[in-house]
Amino acid sequence: MINIALPKGRLGEKVYAMFEAAGYECPSIKENNRKLIFENTEKQVRYFWVKPSDVSIYVERGAADIGVAGKDILLEYTPDVYELLDLNLGRCRMAVAARRGFHDDGERTLKVATKFTNIAAGHYASRGREIDIIKLNGSIELAPILGLSDVIVDIVETGTTLKENDLDVIETVVPISARLIVNKASFKFKTEKIENIVRSMKEQVKNDD
Amino acid sequence: MEEKLLKNEERAVFALRALYRQYGYLPFKMSKFEEYDLYVRNKDFLISDRIITFNDTNGKLMALKPDVTLSIVKNGEDLSGVKQKVYYNENVYRVSGSTHQYKEIMQTGLECIGDIDAYDIFEVVSLAAKSLQLISPDFVLDISHLGLLNSIFNQINASELFRREVSQALSEKNSHDILRLCEKHGVSDDVKSMLTEFVGIYGTKDTVLARLKPLCINEEAKAAYAELATLAALFSATDYADRIRFDFSIVSDGNYYNGIVFKGFLNGICEGVLSGGQYDNLLHRMGRRAGAVGFALYLDLLEELNAVKNEFDVDILILYDEDTDLSELVSTCKELTDGGKCVSAQKAFPPKLRYRELIDLTRGNRS
Repeated sequence: MINIALPKGRLGEKVYAMFEAAGYECPSIKENNRKLIFENTEKQVRYFWVKPSDVSIYVERGAADIGVAGKDILLEYTPDVYELLDLNLGRCRMAVAARRGFHDDGERTLKVATKFTNIAAGHYASRGREIDIIKLNGSIELAPILGLSDVIVDIVETGTTLKENDLDVIETVVPISARLIVNKASFKFKTEKIENIVRSMKEQVKNDD
Repeated sequence: MEEKLLKNEERAVFALRALYRQYGYLPFKMSKFEEYDLYVRNKDFLISDRIITFNDTNGKLMALKPDVTLSIVKNGEDLSGVKQKVYYNENVYRVSGSTHQYKEIMQTGLECIGDIDAYDIFEVVSLAAKSLQLISPDFVLDISHLGLLNSIFNQINASELFRREVSQALSEKNSHDILRLCEKHGVSDDVKSMLTEFVGIYGTKDTVLARLKPLCINEEAKAAYAELATLAALFSATDYADRIRFDFSIVSDGNYYNGIVFKGFLNGICEGVLSGGQYDNLLHRMGRRAGAVGFALYLDLLEELNAVKNEFDVDILILYDEDTDLSELVSTCKELTDGGKCVSAQKAFPPKLRYRELIDLTRGNRS
């Protein structure tokens, strides 16, 4: 049996549709009930929904053999897992944004508000910029407007929220998309089954570039 | 009975000690503490750079040892043809992989230091495989050679950043990001396809060596290939040959490691339980001429393996009170324990103790 952790939400539903199209369907997952785990014994797969930021924990700790997580989560938590596929779904970018017209003159410590403290710290450390990290859990865009921070490091999809709040992207840190990850030990002992799933999933990836 | 009482990790310690002694490895006992300075100078060699430190009575900054190898290799004489072979069983203190918190980790391992050659490398890698086999026959030992990746890097005179980023992606078997990195750094298509081909190669020797050969285009790579092929040939005669795999996603720090590196897995444990390799570069950095190869096995992880849950804490609970005849209590206990039962003598029912049978020796129940 292969355990697959799916991220709850719209992305997870798209990912499940890919698994289904790849031949690893599990019809019970579409029933409207409170079950947490869905199994297809014939196809030897078991799915479960978890909070998107927890997927990598389930996979790293071996509770799931396979999982799908955003590159943002993987960069932030650096789990020790294999990243076998870029599913090319949920595409967006991790970016630095600030109030329109902001200029970093480099004279004082830069105040950075973010949910992704490790990514932000790594980004500025690589250019030797002294920063003060302010960890927030939501509504990051508020921080520069209220003067809590100079800039924010956050996920930008369309940029509409930023524009409506007079914020501009000033640089892209890294492009983000959903990745298929695999537990390293599971890969050693279930190699063939996992390879088959990865191969079938690869055929489902839509490359638009 | 005694065998049953031992936990996985305790049983492993005994079996491994006997195995290492058979091959002439001598025990190495060390202190729990080491000067912090040793670790600072070799920070990159450590799995995690977070170390528990404290001040000694004379004000010197000390550390609870996060690693054993550094302590073993820091002293020693370099004599031609001679090897120091030691094994250890020590606790180390470091941030553990998946929990991201400090943990006491029981570690056993061995080091072969000195004028090492192909035989020594085979001996150490095969002892690693035998160690895993002793714990569970369902194991996998992945072997890689750092010379292969280095040869590609050196061929294109790669920057530090490119090496680091590609190594990280390789450790994730992440070919899509390797492609992106190659594009970002303007690497030629030939090298790009070599690197992505390299990520995809893993498995037993027959599948790997044939695919690997065309990628070995310079002397450095050819030498690494020859070493791997020698090792593969020696392993094909062992009874665990099918458990040996080649996997180039093992990327240990090249500042310390060179040559063969390996990692062991047991079915049922979610992370690698053994890791090792050849680390001549570490010794050279310490001013020694010798080479070295060794490995460590993380025994605390064995807890996860086929954990047998006991239904009862004791076989028999014996209840007694002030009026119970002590000699009767003593003889009852002796009779039961002689018969192989485990007993707990108590004056009242312990709230959480699970017992199979009850013997009541309190006054009201005696005939």
